[in-house]
Amino acid sequence: MGLALLSSLLLLGACRREDRSQTTDPHAEGAAGGAVIAAPEQAHYAASAYHLGEGQRLYRWMNCNGCHGPAGGGGMAPSLMDAKWRYGGSMADIVRTIDVGRPNGMPSFHDRLTGQQMWQLAAYVRSLSGLAPKDAVSSRGEEFSTKAPYTQRKPAQPPKPGEAY
Amino acid sequence: MRRALPIVALLLAGCSGVQTMTEGAGFGSRQFNSLMLLFLIVTGISFALVLIFLLLALWRRRSEPGEARVRSWLIAWIAFIVIGLILLTGASFLSDRREATAAADQQPLKVTVSASQWWWGIEYQNDDPSRIIHTANELHLPVGRPVQLKLNSGDVIHSLWIPALAGKQDLIPGRDNDIRILPTRIGRYRAQCAEFCGLQHAHMAFDVTVESPQAFAAWYAAQLQPAPEPATPLAKAGHDWFMSHACSNCHAIGGTDANGRTGPDLTHLASRRTIAAGTLQMSRGNLMGWIENPQGVKPGARMPTVGMSADELHAVASYLETLK
Amino acid sequence: MTEPDPRAELRDGPELMGDALDARLSETWGDKPGLIGWLRTVDHKRVANRYIVTALVFLALGGVLALLMRLQLAQPESGLISADRYNQIFSMHGTTMMFLFAVPVMEAFGVYLVPLMVGTRAIAFPRLNAFSYWLYLFGGIMIWVAFLLDIGPEAGWFSYVPLSGPQFSAGKRTDFWAQMITFTEVAALAVAVELVGTIIKQRAPGMRLDRIPLFVWSILVTAFMVIFSMPAVTLASSMLISDRLVATQFFNATEGGSALLWQHLFWFFGHPEVYIIFLPGLGFISAITETFCKRPVFAYPLMVAALVTTGLLAFGLWVHHMFATGLPRLGYAFYTAASMAIALPSGVQIFCWIATMWDSRPRLEVPMWWVIGFIITFVIGGLTGVMIASVPLDLELHDTYFIVAHFHYTLIGGGVFPLLGALTYWFPKMTGRMLGNRLGKISFLFTFGGFHLTFMTMHFTGLMGMPRRVYTYPAGMGWDMLNLISTIGAFVLALGVLIFVLNIVLSLRGGAIAGDNPWGAASLEWATHSPPRPYNFAHIPAVTSNTPLWEETLPCFSGLRVEERELLLTTAVEAEPDIREPSPKPSVWPLVAALATTLLFIWSIFSPWAVVWGSIPAAIALILWFWPKDPAEPGKEPVIE
Repeated sequence: MGLALLSSLLLLGACRREDRSQTTDPHAEGAAGGAVIAAPEQAHYAASAYHLGEGQRLYRWMNCNGCHGPAGGGGMAPSLMDAKWRYGGSMADIVRTIDVGRPNGMPSFHDRLTGQQMWQLAAYVRSLSGLAPKDAVSSRGEEFSTKAPYTQRKPAQPPKPGEAY
Repeated sequence: MRRALPIVALLLAGCSGVQTMTEGAGFGSRQFNSLMLLFLIVTGISFALVLIFLLLALWRRRSEPGEARVRSWLIAWIAFIVIGLILLTGASFLSDRREATAAADQQPLKVTVSASQWWWGIEYQNDDPSRIIHTANELHLPVGRPVQLKLNSGDVIHSLWIPALAGKQDLIPGRDNDIRILPTRIGRYRAQCAEFCGLQHAHMAFDVTVESPQAFAAWYAAQLQPAPEPATPLAKAGHDWFMSHACSNCHAIGGTDANGRTGPDLTHLASRRTIAAGTLQMSRGNLMGWIENPQGVKPGARMPTVGMSADELHAVASYLETLK
Repeated sequence: MTEPDPRAELRDGPELMGDALDARLSETWGDKPGLIGWLRTVDHKRVANRYIVTALVFLALGGVLALLMRLQLAQPESGLISADRYNQIFSMHGTTMMFLFAVPVMEAFGVYLVPLMVGTRAIAFPRLNAFSYWLYLFGGIMIWVAFLLDIGPEAGWFSYVPLSGPQFSAGKRTDFWAQMITFTEVAALAVAVELVGTIIKQRAPGMRLDRIPLFVWSILVTAFMVIFSMPAVTLASSMLISDRLVATQFFNATEGGSALLWQHLFWFFGHPEVYIIFLPGLGFISAITETFCKRPVFAYPLMVAALVTTGLLAFGLWVHHMFATGLPRLGYAFYTAASMAIALPSGVQIFCWIATMWDSRPRLEVPMWWVIGFIITFVIGGLTGVMIASVPLDLELHDTYFIVAHFHYTLIGGGVFPLLGALTYWFPKMTGRMLGNRLGKISFLFTFGGFHLTFMTMHFTGLMGMPRRVYTYPAGMGWDMLNLISTIGAFVLALGVLIFVLNIVLSLRGGAIAGDNPWGAASLEWATHSPPRPYNFAHIPAVTSNTPLWEETLPCFSGLRVEERELLLTTAVEAEPDIREPSPKPSVWPLVAALATTLLFIWSIFSPWAVVWGSIPAAIALILWFWPKDPAEPGKEPVIE
């Protein structure tokens, strides 16, 4: 009995991580005009494993990786993995960036994404710089790894002249 | 007992259905029926023997001990099982080989099926790239000609299964599978994903139409055409809305700017029998209900509920209905 | 007898017998009363009772899930249960039934009965036994609490990757499932090891290999199957946790992993798993048939050979779960042949049981009703199994309700029916009272009828194309009426099981008092009290045939210590008395170690560092558990009475 209670308490703290609530009103979360939803709602997206996963999918589907790199490493567009946020790194800031676009090339997705999708993407983008709870972020996708594998092999050396190799 | 008669009746009378595996509309399904009949006979006899022996053992009048007799019956029973199993294994193997070599001389139609959560991307291959067609959630096949389906998956494991025609084959990410099907009877059938693939696995089906070679050629020619220009102002408004909003992110319509590959191809949407991967019959009401609130029909589907006003909905639906 | 020296050489024997012996032995082997004694017990009977009660609770919980599923499927496009909830429900139903009910309850019967049937005082490794129960309990609680908090597994009881991988299964749902596997597999392995040890080394003198009861043989084969198959699934689930927690690439095809690797590993375990559930059932049938036909089972050597053959063949079948995955067809032919071949030993066993009834006058008491129910039901399941062993048939039938029908026929017919018969048969031994006769018959009729109503229809539903694991289906496919009938049948079946449980509850208080051997059975467990004393047997029995209680006399050995816990070990094949072995006293360390291990396992769902830091309490608990104690002095050969 006691163990059940203890487990329940531990697992209750997981409410946010396991939240999968779907919004019914597509424009409820900060679409046109930049209306921002209240802070507790935001937290659901930022810490929910499901929404982070959806954000990961949308990152590929909306071709964010085309400019920002596959893991947010940057390329044509600024890196999303570092601590530098040109236009702010809070959830609301990132949603606004996606919503209205920014100068120098960030397109506006106002008509292309629902509010919920923007919040999901914002949560994922924050996770790229390590700002999401570790246990909610999925460890990897079913795709090429962005990290080099741990290996014991020494880095390749060019052969010296006259030596067998 | 309860089992034997109804099943035989089922098979012989053919409890028909668009998704029944005893339909026999394809070579594989016909092999299934005949092999199943053989298995039923052999297993039915076994079951009857067990039942009779059991009932006799419980209620017979015991005259004299029959240990030696029982011993010889045991030998006979073992022989029966062994011979029966060898027969069934052999029949199974031969049936498998027959299906693999059916119509081996004919040039198969080549189709690539790419499954995603929770829809089917279909691509008819052709050596001439301008004759490749993309469609989704439907398969048209000419009767009597084998079709070679190359199977791959974009996300998790799915399984392609057209019960009325043939057995199934899994679509496994990272693995190229294929299946050869030989449709033998004209008709309309239904296929469904047969490997649990997540939230909406139950709503991942597609329509299969087996038709005469002429009808198939006509369909194929129609599929090669790009989408017609919208004629009425309402359809034009729908077209514009489609291109400038979320729809064109994911969907492709041939002959327009919409080139998304993450969702089903819509070029000839209005000519399909069902929408949402076999979830709803194609009709104006269903179409409007689907695009207005996909999450209400198929909760968890990748298509978001974007929020449209009534006018926008009418316009887009009108446009989509022109995509024959 | 009045010496206060605790190391006095008091032995059970001619000087010390009857009530005085009983008093001494009960004190040595008994537990202290109250909660502390209950937590520290290493008595295999008490631990097994806990296992059985817990497993039956999980059966009820899994059954409720099944009823929910049937309610949802009673009508097409029903909105009763959402897709997400339904996927969790069917995953939990399979997981609960397979991992938390079926294997534990079969092993529990082994734990209870095997020491009694082989005539020894305790199971081998009794503290490991206690540890395994706590681990099983904590793992079961963990997954059920997770389910009730909406974090239950959602990818099926088999959790195929990539669906259960890090990308497609968000959150910790699948991690709880994978770690529950670790809990239950460690517990099952522990019990298997104990059972093998007991059966090989602790048999009564004279119980040669050809005199071992058939139930004990079935448990021996099952235990070996557990030992060889469980590591595969533990490996697979660990690889899955590793992929999900620390981004290894075992199942990531893009990086050189393979989605099929999971399937191979899982089914290499999964197929023997169903035989692990089924073989003890066969043992039950043999025990019951022997008793109620008043003669040993026909062709004993053939029965043993059939058990061993089934156990061996079971490891060569697993690819028949993967016929649709596109592996080479020639390879499939081997698995078809093996899957067909395994029908032979089962067919032989069916013949032998019926032959046993043939030459005798079977008494149709309630346990025999379950035997008859088993024969009818299991044979149907086995025959549909022969059908799906064939590749062309399986390619149509795979992942349809036909398969659901098949495995419920074999698992319920071959596992649950014998289990309910066994519960009826051994209830007097375990509790000292008889189960009510009339309620027993009524519960059989409802269970049997409800079962066939539910699952016979599913054969047809499958043939008509209804796939598995769907939370709803469209109307007009011809499946509506069949599903409704299945749902009605499910409730009838549930009623039958409920009546059975009611019978147990009522009989615990008011059932007729049973003597030592109410059924007139032949095996050793019936030679002692009902319920048995903590020490099982006052004197170790010796056997001269495989039906010891039907012989003229039952000789026994005397000479084991009375003030210490002591067992008699015999040689492995001939069962000649070998050495005397001390048996551990009650201890709290198994519980503490189980708690520490639970902490380690659950923590490692959330962080890889748990493997490092979490092993410290576990190591401490194990060290204190294994701390050497003063061994009793090895003694002389015991005296034969």
